Amino acid sequence: MGFLHSFTSGSTVDGPGVRVVAWTTGCMWRCLYCHNPDTWTLTNGVPVTLARATEVLGNYRHGLKVMSGGFTLSGGEPLMQHRFAVRLLTGARAIGIHTALDTNGFYGDRLTDADLEAIDLVLLDIKGWDPERHRRLTGMDVAPTLDFARRLAARGKPMWVRFVLVPGLTDHPDDVQHIADFTGELGNVKRVDVLPFHQMGRHKWTQLGLEYQLEKVEPPSQAQIEAVRERFLAHRLEVC
Amino acid sequence: MSLGRTSSFFDIYIPRDLAEGVLTEEQAQEIIDDFVIKLRIVRFLRTPEYDELFAGDPTWVTESIGGMGEDGRTLVTKTSFRVLQTLYNLGPAPEPNLTIWYSPRLPDGFRRFAAKVAIDTSSLQFESDELMRTALGDDGAIACCVSPMQVGKSMQFFGARANLAKCMLYAINGGRDEVSGEQVAPAFGAVEGDYLDFDDVVARYERMMDWLAGVYVNAMNVIHYMHDKYAYERIEMALHDYAPMRTMAFGIAGLSVVADSLSAIKHAKVRVVRDETGLVVDYQTEGEFPTFGNHDNRVDHLASWLVTTFMNKLRKYPTYRDAVHTQSILTITSNVVYGKATGNTPDGRRKGEPFAPGANPMHGRDSHGLHAAAASVAKLPYRDAADGISLTATMVPGSLGRVAADRTTNLTAILDAYFSVTGYHMNVNVLNRETLMDAMDHPEKYPHLTIRVSGYAVNFVRLTREQQMDVIHRTFHGEGHV
Repeated sequence: MGFLHSFTSGSTVDGPGVRVVAWTTGCMWRCLYCHNPDTWTLTNGVPVTLARATEVLGNYRHGLKVMSGGFTLSGGEPLMQHRFAVRLLTGARAIGIHTALDTNGFYGDRLTDADLEAIDLVLLDIKGWDPERHRRLTGMDVAPTLDFARRLAARGKPMWVRFVLVPGLTDHPDDVQHIADFTGELGNVKRVDVLPFHQMGRHKWTQLGLEYQLEKVEPPSQAQIEAVRERFLAHRLEVC
Repeated sequence: MSLGRTSSFFDIYIPRDLAEGVLTEEQAQEIIDDFVIKLRIVRFLRTPEYDELFAGDPTWVTESIGGMGEDGRTLVTKTSFRVLQTLYNLGPAPEPNLTIWYSPRLPDGFRRFAAKVAIDTSSLQFESDELMRTALGDDGAIACCVSPMQVGKSMQFFGARANLAKCMLYAINGGRDEVSGEQVAPAFGAVEGDYLDFDDVVARYERMMDWLAGVYVNAMNVIHYMHDKYAYERIEMALHDYAPMRTMAFGIAGLSVVADSLSAIKHAKVRVVRDETGLVVDYQTEGEFPTFGNHDNRVDHLASWLVTTFMNKLRKYPTYRDAVHTQSILTITSNVVYGKATGNTPDGRRKGEPFAPGANPMHGRDSHGLHAAAASVAKLPYRDAADGISLTATMVPGSLGRVAADRTTNLTAILDAYFSVTGYHMNVNVLNRETLMDAMDHPEKYPHLTIRVSGYAVNFVRLTREQQMDVIHRTFHGEGHV
């Protein structure tokens, strides 16, 4: 049994191909730019049995195959419910569906090496570099995320790195440079998504009665996005 | 005007002229551009009532493009590309109604180009080459907007649609009209009690559909008998073989409204609200119920049941010239007018609100993405709707991928998936809601804004305000993606 906020099909922005994506509820992080604050609380989700979730996924198997897609488990932080996550991904993989885990990596050490076999691709969000700035942004330490990245690299596990560019918050040149260098040296990174900050999550903060600090933040300009992409491209990474 | 598959046939002259040096590629493209200009300037004289049903000046010049031959070769030619290129050279427009006979087996380059053109122009529709070729062979073309025909060997008597949502309300009210209160259909007796019982409603509905099918077939027979008597289309028929296959194409409107209503009655509790004359005018639903368009068999099977049941009832009544009965689930823009004339329905749709177009799920109720919505529609049985099952997919550009190349790849993948199963037809609109809203307020800025409606393309700024609002209220896949 796990708690899911919702699921959708036909997604093209959560991993390769056209995918089914499920969002778990529960996250320890409190990222200032979070666009899914409605997934922070575990109990904001609907309890779903493993059998039911796997059965529904099975209905999409043929289409996912043709569309070179798969199943992405996102959140929330899926590893808050790591046992459910692993079983669900194992179940999906057992019926021939490509699996991806979208995570901040903080609880990466909850996954055994055997657990990692259930995951074809890890979408790892690296949100910052400088520990102090990372803590201010997310409320948590950055080290576990980087450790998880190194462990995945050591195992040769395919990975996409996702970096959200928020002007004034995540665009410190030192941080960007460090993340790009780190990413470039890992060796298992198949693609980097530089995701421009957007305001589409704003209404959720208001609805939930939370204080939204990024009211005045504008999405980055094309030039700002390009500048960040350049850093990654310098490492011969595929950057989208 | 059904054009046929001219782009496959024209092409043979062009390589020869190119080889002999009497024509350049630029000139070849110009010939196709000029041909398309001619097709675009056709206008029909029509009554205002007709425009209300089918707005945006459609003349049904449908060009079939691509497809596979029965011998395994593709029918895609360079001129198939040239016809699509006219949308860039001349700008998008509703005519001709460019229809790709799509198969996952079409050449990669053509599938990708067609997907790119669809993303850039929202002016293409895709129909299943696999289903149509299997049924009719490879010398087929589209008549009207989505109806497949054998070229020179078949013709169709076409006419209107049956409003199956209103028919369901008549069943509940024993033939009294839910808006006027008049006795319109035979007085079969209305439902009793406060709550709707699924088996009771279905039994009454079947009886009412029986009556409606009889009226419908009879009306079509009268119309086409009189049409042949006073305006026989001798020139067109002279181009056909002797004894053509005739089909009589019926249609239905309100599919998803009925499916969701039956689902509400079956899976939730629906209480009726009567006015002082005993007429049921509204419904109160307690509890949750699955809705069509979410790849959920509990309701998708109700939609399929409706298609098959009504088709079988139509088949019971003989047709003029022994035409073969067929049925389509497409509405073009008429879903707005049918909705306007229909009272509150048990699914929660309010009186006067538009139906979803064609076989589409109701606006906003297909909440699990395009794959789920398309899967539900693909379940509808083609054998009982051989005249066409229309899905109009509207998506925001970002929903197809973050970069342009991804978007082309992903739309190609979506089309491959839909047409590798039993998907029949897909209109592809790639638009932002804001663009449409701006076009409503500033039509002068968007003279060529073309969008696909069920089975057809129209010029958005020439739609009535109600039809524009209907388009804006549709599900935009990828909008507000979590």
